[in-house]
Amino acid sequence: MKKDVQVKKGAQGKKPVQNKKAVFLGSAVVLLAVFVFGAFLYTSEKLDKSAKAAERNLALLLREHAPKLGPADAKVQLVEFFDPACGTCREFSPFVKDLMKSNSGKMRLSLRYAPFHRGSDNVVKILEAARKQDKFWETLDAVFASQPRWAPNHKAEVELLWPHLGNLGLDLERIKRDMYAPEIEQVIAQDLADAKALNVTMTPEFFVNGRPLPSFGYEQLRNLVNDAVAKAYP
Amino acid sequence: MSTSEPTEQDHSLESAWTLVFLAWLIASASTLGALFLSQVMGVVPCVLCWYQRIFMFPLVLILAAGLFPFDARIVRYALPLTVVGWMITFFHVLVAAGVVPEAVTPCAQGIPCKEQAIEWFGFLTIPWLSLIAFSLIGLLLILTHFKVSR
Repeated sequence: MKKDVQVKKGAQGKKPVQNKKAVFLGSAVVLLAVFVFGAFLYTSEKLDKSAKAAERNLALLLREHAPKLGPADAKVQLVEFFDPACGTCREFSPFVKDLMKSNSGKMRLSLRYAPFHRGSDNVVKILEAARKQDKFWETLDAVFASQPRWAPNHKAEVELLWPHLGNLGLDLERIKRDMYAPEIEQVIAQDLADAKALNVTMTPEFFVNGRPLPSFGYEQLRNLVNDAVAKAYP
Repeated sequence: MSTSEPTEQDHSLESAWTLVFLAWLIASASTLGALFLSQVMGVVPCVLCWYQRIFMFPLVLILAAGLFPFDARIVRYALPLTVVGWMITFFHVLVAAGVVPEAVTPCAQGIPCKEQAIEWFGFLTIPWLSLIAFSLIGLLLILTHFKVSR
């Protein structure tokens, strides 16, 4: 017989409701504050740690074997860990090129492989084999341009990629022979090991003179590069 | 009945409100904790974690809506979410413990649900935290039901 318990406006005095609202809002604010403060603490500590680690590990970043662009005596070293099947890496590619152009002579780009997508290690092998024919950068452009066609559902399918490499003057038969060379296997293993040591879990990941991005984004990368250029070339 | 003297009914409504409020606190803390793990710490949620999120996140809004003004029917709306979320979490705990083989679960691809990103005090993993949260919310809601129907 006491079914109609809900919402009896008269039964609840004005005061307790006010108190309840205060308790509710107060706890919401406290919860959010803890979250924001925790996030702030965590990211600043992580940034601190990774900046220190990256500077200590400059040797891990600048490997002899990595494909490079820009003069060897450039004072700003940009290292990018990338995955040929990663959509964001594709989006960043023209942006990085622009950065290189507007700071030409002052920057050197090293590309490191982080083939996290399934099957994309095979694409890396093709890139490395194309490098033996001095066509690395053209092939990389073609790989990125056709990425939606050969990487459906985030899985790299080499068979779908071959048709898009036809116009580059590559000796495809030679690539198919070269791509399984043990030294290419070693390059991938080394890059993946370095990525792990540097805590690279997502692509693309950038390091400017050893410093990682404070947070991910175009602007953050541009700022980091501009700061490093301003410091190195006053 | 409607005098300024608090009646027995008012008392049980008071405590029912507190129970739902506690359930809301747990749901909010769990939601923020999950967001902290994925957005701040960068731990990628596995498939089973996503299903648990689907049932945990709406509780924050539904329970809050039931608090002002207090609506005892909130139990009817929130309990189904809690029960299904609890079952998914229980399954996840079994997967993490190795009782259910990973191969028969949908998370064999991508991020393995068996792998544990955190382990506090040697036993508190994410699926366990989630199970505790869903259990407490369910318990509080059932208590609420008995408080208001008595």
